[in-house]
Amino acid sequence: MQREKKSILNNIEWKVVLAWLFLVVVGWISIYAAVYDSEHSSIFDFSCRYGKQMIWIAASVVIALFVMVTDPKFFSQTSYIIYIICIGMLVVVLGVATATKGAKSWLGIGEFGIQPSEFAKFATALALAKILSAINVDMKQWSTRLSAIGVVALPMLLVLLQNDTGSALVFLSFIFVLFREGLSSVVLIFGAAAIVLFVLALIVNPYLLIAILFAIALIAYLFIHRRNRHAKLYYFLGVFAFCAVVVMAVQFGYNEVLESHQKDRIEVLLGQKKDDKGVGYNVNQSKIAIGSGGFLGKGFLQGTQTKFNFVPEQDTDFIFCTIGEEWGFVGSALIVAVFIWLCVKIIKMAERQRSKFARIYGYGVASIIFFHVMVNIGMTIGLLPVIGIPLPFISYGGSSLWAFTLMLFVFIREDASRGDLV
Amino acid sequence: MKNILSGRRFIVMGLFIAVGIVYILRLLYLQIIDETYKELADRNALRYVTQYPSRGLVYDRNGKLLVYNEAVYDLMVIPRQVKNMDTDYFCSLLKITKEDFIKKLDKAKKFSMYAPSFFEKQISKEDFAQLQEKIYLFDGFYAQSRTLRTYPDSVAAAVLGYIGEVNEKKIEEDEYYKRGDYIGMSGLEKSYEQYLRGVKGSRITLVDVHNREKGSFQGGKYDVAAIAGKNLYSTIDLELQKYAEQLMKNKRGSIVAIEPTTGEVLCFVSAPTYDPNLLVGRVRGNNYKQLNEDISKPLFNRALMAEYPPGSIFKVAQALIALDMGVITPSTGFPCDKGLVGCHNHPSAPSVRDAIKMSCNPYFYRVFQREVQRQNPKTGKIDSKYGLSEWTLAMYKMGFGVKLDIDLPSVRKGYIPDTAFYNRWYPTGWNFFTIYSNSIGQGEVTVVPIQMANFAALVANRGWYITPHLVRSIGDEDNRFRLKKYQEKHYSTVDAQWWDVAVAGMYGVVHEGGGTGHRADVPGLEVCGKTGTAQNSGADHSVFISFAPRNNPKIAVSVYVENARGGGGSWAAPIAGLIIEKYIKREVERKEIEKQYMEAAPCQPLPIGKSAVKKEETDSVKTKTNAN
Repeated sequence: MQREKKSILNNIEWKVVLAWLFLVVVGWISIYAAVYDSEHSSIFDFSCRYGKQMIWIAASVVIALFVMVTDPKFFSQTSYIIYIICIGMLVVVLGVATATKGAKSWLGIGEFGIQPSEFAKFATALALAKILSAINVDMKQWSTRLSAIGVVALPMLLVLLQNDTGSALVFLSFIFVLFREGLSSVVLIFGAAAIVLFVLALIVNPYLLIAILFAIALIAYLFIHRRNRHAKLYYFLGVFAFCAVVVMAVQFGYNEVLESHQKDRIEVLLGQKKDDKGVGYNVNQSKIAIGSGGFLGKGFLQGTQTKFNFVPEQDTDFIFCTIGEEWGFVGSALIVAVFIWLCVKIIKMAERQRSKFARIYGYGVASIIFFHVMVNIGMTIGLLPVIGIPLPFISYGGSSLWAFTLMLFVFIREDASRGDLV
Repeated sequence: MKNILSGRRFIVMGLFIAVGIVYILRLLYLQIIDETYKELADRNALRYVTQYPSRGLVYDRNGKLLVYNEAVYDLMVIPRQVKNMDTDYFCSLLKITKEDFIKKLDKAKKFSMYAPSFFEKQISKEDFAQLQEKIYLFDGFYAQSRTLRTYPDSVAAAVLGYIGEVNEKKIEEDEYYKRGDYIGMSGLEKSYEQYLRGVKGSRITLVDVHNREKGSFQGGKYDVAAIAGKNLYSTIDLELQKYAEQLMKNKRGSIVAIEPTTGEVLCFVSAPTYDPNLLVGRVRGNNYKQLNEDISKPLFNRALMAEYPPGSIFKVAQALIALDMGVITPSTGFPCDKGLVGCHNHPSAPSVRDAIKMSCNPYFYRVFQREVQRQNPKTGKIDSKYGLSEWTLAMYKMGFGVKLDIDLPSVRKGYIPDTAFYNRWYPTGWNFFTIYSNSIGQGEVTVVPIQMANFAALVANRGWYITPHLVRSIGDEDNRFRLKKYQEKHYSTVDAQWWDVAVAGMYGVVHEGGGTGHRADVPGLEVCGKTGTAQNSGADHSVFISFAPRNNPKIAVSVYVENARGGGGSWAAPIAGLIIEKYIKREVERKEIEKQYMEAAPCQPLPIGKSAVKKEETDSVKTKTNAN
């Protein structure tokens, strides 16, 4: 018993714990800077957001400790239960939750509200790992593919119904997990092609685009047919038909399904719409705040752009602005580097697991964190459209911090007992 | 197999690292290579300044300015930015006490720490000059220029109206308006608000830590210029308006003059009036209170809203309707028997024109009797209900009892009783003898002065009128448009052939022996008119309508002098004559008469028993009650 505990302590990947601590502290400092007001400067002012974040951080430390003393088997055994509970909460949220910011995603418990969608990512990572770690699972079988996709699609759909498109997109990150577990790369190539088509469909006139695709298909056929007599015309026409359907579907989905503010964000990013006052204005303000940081930044609490509320969601989705402005290139590049290091480290750790469950779960954790970081920072620096999802460990908010902490520490715990017999 | 798949980790990790590198390169570009962001934001903050469009100007019919804008300044504060300031110095510059300062700042803080609030509104150009040089000393304060309405000739308050701060309800209804915005509250300012207000713009400027403006944000790329409001080219003749206001100086009542062929209002006076400059800027609150409490009700727009009994001027309308109904002919005569209605001493009228000239009460009693007691073609019986309803319709078509669609708010429609009204009023039944007072413009009927002026124009045009209006066109020097509704002719039901009979009578009023309105005579002009003496709870109102010249009339006028202790001929007629002379000849030659009527103060002093201005209890004047 004594030995076992000691071996866990020895086996904990302390670098990852340190990275977690670093990000959480940076997050708190940034929130403090973002909402700083000389008249309310006590860090223990619990009516302010930095005061509250302090409570959330304390609670997340408790969560982390709790996870570390739990038997790692507990999580794999209760995967489905956790998953079902989260799905249940999402359904309840859809039914009763009050609307906040156009997205119905809060479940109120007394004074506090939690966002089940944040925990659903963790639960889905567990459930997906559980399904794929079963014996005799083969990604080449349709039953495996469908059950894996179903586990991801169900919460994704529920979150989408809450009008929280950003959080729903996060579930797409499980594609990395499926890829690692043997999903054909053709699927990925098709996925990538679909994204390219998607963008083209929005920029180019759809009928013109279909005509061009048709021409390309014919030319490709003639070109290849001369070298290889076995190439059949209907293959090319089939691919063409698929592309044409995608283009029309995008047109339809874009016009009928997306809400106007989402369209605006995409159009501004694609440079189709000059909306400097609305969406474009926010991104522009965000770029100014980050860009004005320079090499070393303006220093703690010295940011001017972020102080005067030019950038909305200063302490949540746009928190990276505060970091960029006050800590400059050094600070913001460090944050990016730490996140990428963390994701890569988790992948490496996942690969050293003996347990298939732990490996797959690790991939899920890395993918979710990576997707959040990519989308959130990409948005603030003007590379991706404005999609409201938090920056892990840094953005203000209890649910997000707790869910990410829980997710990460469950993996650290799994990793710490990697030497145990499966 | 397993080894192949575990190789995929490199693809995943590679992708992670690739994204990380791209992002770091992007940060490198934004933060180090591209200098523009630094310039934009280095120790600078952005400030939003609303660009208020200048409100449209108002011109008179000859292109003279009636209203223009003068610059004033609103001092704004962003509480979050206020720090370490010399409060005493600031207060001395602004001429406020320290208590005021704390109060105002607290109010602003309560609204928002970050958003700008009004600290002090409408600081005049002179007061602001001092402050402007020192404003950089005070972090968080800045000025925003605004304009105030200015009235160079201090006239036509009842026409122009005033602007005031928009209320919460309006802010909710119309997203154009924000707290602290101004909106037309009355007069043309209200009617033409949507044209006058223009379109707001916004400017984003950069300010440094010392609160100094450092130019526009991104070269003004995000700025939206304000679009000035459209001008109004009014129909008012400034000279005539000034003159009319002088004439009404010591009196209560109204003067409305119309150009008959166009329906354009030439002058529009509600007396007592006030200087429109009183309701502008910071003095507005106090002045408004004072005016509002004034017993003579200067804010009450008599020309639009005072529903008076019309008195004898109504007889012209009765004569026209009776002729058109065929119940009398131009040569019908009735004896002046003073049976049911009293009269002054004059010979019996042998014709319609003489009856108008002499304003014979019994004559029109008979005329109205014939109008009302008519044979109903359906039943073949004499039916007062049928007669009255025909009469009511004919009156509506003359612009009585209906709201004239004039371009001023809150016009009243007066009252023309109909059969439904009398059925309600006398549930046990009624007949001509119950309602005869209407024949001489007493009883239930009431009109507002603008309707009387419109009626004078109707007679002048021999049968049609264009709705009176005060704005001829909207727009700017090169691009103006007219409203269509002020170009349409409205025809009365009375046939064209009868109008000259009425005109002849009105000519006789001024020019012939026995006429009641000789004092309206202007040498060298054929003035037509009709006197009226409207009985009410106080001394009689002196009333006169007229137009001139008799052929191709240029002006139609109605004059009301409240409680004037004299008939229409004694006060209203000479005043109408002076207005006509001033407008047509541009200069009044009869200086003695002018002086006499300008100085006269004939109105019975207020208060008078009940309200003498508004006549609400229609039965209270059924029989003549003598005041005093």
